[in-house]
Amino acid sequence: MAKREYSFYPGCSSQSKASSVNYLKSTQTICEELDIQLNEIPDWNCCSASIGYGGGGELPRISLSARNIALSQQAHGQQDIVATCAACWLATREAKERIEHDGEVRSGIDAALGEIGIKIEGEMPKTRHMVEVLIEDVGYEEMQSKVKKPLEGLKIAGYVGCQTNRPFGIDGESYENPKYLDKMIEIVGAEPVEKYEKKASCCGGALMFSEPEKSQALVKDIIEAAYDGGADMIVTPCPVCQMNVEVYQGHINKTYGTKFKIPVVYYSTLMAVAFGRNGKDAALDGQMIRATRLEEIAKK
Amino acid sequence: MSNPNQAMVEKYRSNFLKEVEANVEEGHWVKMCMQCGVCSGSCPLGPHWEHPPQEIFMMIRAGKREEVLGSSSMWMCTSCYNCIARCPRGLPITHIMHGLATYAKRLGLQPKTQPTAKFSQLFWSNLTKTGRVNELKLGLSLYFMNGFANGIKTALKMQDVGLGMYKTGRLNPLEILGGHSIKDTGGLQKMLKKAFEIEEAKIAEYKG
Ligand code: SF4
Ligand code: SF4
Ligand code: SF4
Ligand code: SF4
Repeated sequence: MAKREYSFYPGCSSQSKASSVNYLKSTQTICEELDIQLNEIPDWNCCSASIGYGGGGELPRISLSARNIALSQQAHGQQDIVATCAACWLATREAKERIEHDGEVRSGIDAALGEIGIKIEGEMPKTRHMVEVLIEDVGYEEMQSKVKKPLEGLKIAGYVGCQTNRPFGIDGESYENPKYLDKMIEIVGAEPVEKYEKKASCCGGALMFSEPEKSQALVKDIIEAAYDGGADMIVTPCPVCQMNVEVYQGHINKTYGTKFKIPVVYYSTLMAVAFGRNGKDAALDGQMIRATRLEEIAKK
Repeated sequence: MSNPNQAMVEKYRSNFLKEVEANVEEGHWVKMCMQCGVCSGSCPLGPHWEHPPQEIFMMIRAGKREEVLGSSSMWMCTSCYNCIARCPRGLPITHIMHGLATYAKRLGLQPKTQPTAKFSQLFWSNLTKTGRVNELKLGLSLYFMNGFANGIKTALKMQDVGLGMYKTGRLNPLEILGGHSIKDTGGLQKMLKKAFEIEEAKIAEYKG
């Protein structure tokens, strides 16, 4: 029997051979270590993130999350829903709030779900970010107790980004200077970049696709600030941030004449390595810019 | 009523604020804005906004319908939630921006070449087809959204990213043949159809 059980909403980007499959892999690894069981929501669908509004209005968008919530209840009762993607977390949580507070939305959603014979029963389960589970349920101490290979000598910029911070925040921390990611860096034995100035600033999100030049300018500043702080790598809790900050470094270098080549990893990858797991379990093979320092530690 | 925009113009003659309150997601909040300007300094793409959020709210009250709905501004929103975290009046600014964008698009008033307007439609169409995002098809349709020649250029420019993703197991060329899907796509589409109908009916109701 696993110690902690949750209903799990993986999100599109973590499916096999999708852009953040490495996030899923490393998350599964740390869940094994921490005795967390994730029960996938059967037949879950995409939540339309924050960018679906060009095609779907309020009700169609909320209905997407409502379907996931109803299916979660059906299969896993009142288990909290856990998401690894910030946008999934946000969309599902916002859907719950809107359904609770707006009678018109509620009746619309009931009707839409009624079309497919499912419904929301009583109180909706909470939707939480994986990071919340780690910090609030598992706790820093227990996480630290699992560390077998401290990531000594590594300096890491904790890039929180927007949506894993605003509007809901993690563990009641401030929006302007959240500390949880720095604490997680410390726990695994590395050193966080102090006063990382771009910690909570935006990478452009989905506009990286539609407005690449404008968004890459934002990412340039995020990376520059990490280098300025002496970082060996950047860590993030969000698949969109991870991708945006990692994969366009070549383009940014071409545009700005910079020489960026900084690995961008998930907190789950850091933890998996520190917990003594191998490179594969930590999904180090998913890095486009290889995290060689982590690879070395994993091999030891 | 063949032209939805004309119908709205008639209906709300000279009261754009009412129109926004009735038809735009979270639009009833607009009148709560006290014009402090905090939100306007918060947008990551701030310099590219024709009218920052605070100005948009002022323009809505001043009845500048065409300028607001035809603006590219709302489409510059990155959903960063800076504004929501900071607004002293608690306005859900992010959602109002999305709501204005949705509404403008519904009436066909969005700037015709706005890339985010196109992309967000592509994203929606992509995910509602199978219930899950097909990143490869989404990427390809994105490259080609401005025509074929442009698409080839973008695709070439993006080659290194695609190849890197492929090599690290984060992109599957076979997705072109279908890719990820939920089982109950029929149900999903039925549900969405209903949700659209309800929303349309609500807008129609305010017409009368
Ligand atoms: S937020 Fe992104 S990953 Fe999550 S379900 Fe929506 S589109 Fe898919
Ligand atoms: S844009 Fe980046 S930083 Fe902003 S919400 Fe999205 S992923 Fe987070
Ligand atoms: S921060 Fe809030 S009150 Fe101030 S201008 Fe913006 S919307 Fe209005
Ligand atoms: S969420 Fe949108 S409107 Fe609000 S600060 Fe960010 S970009 Fe500006």
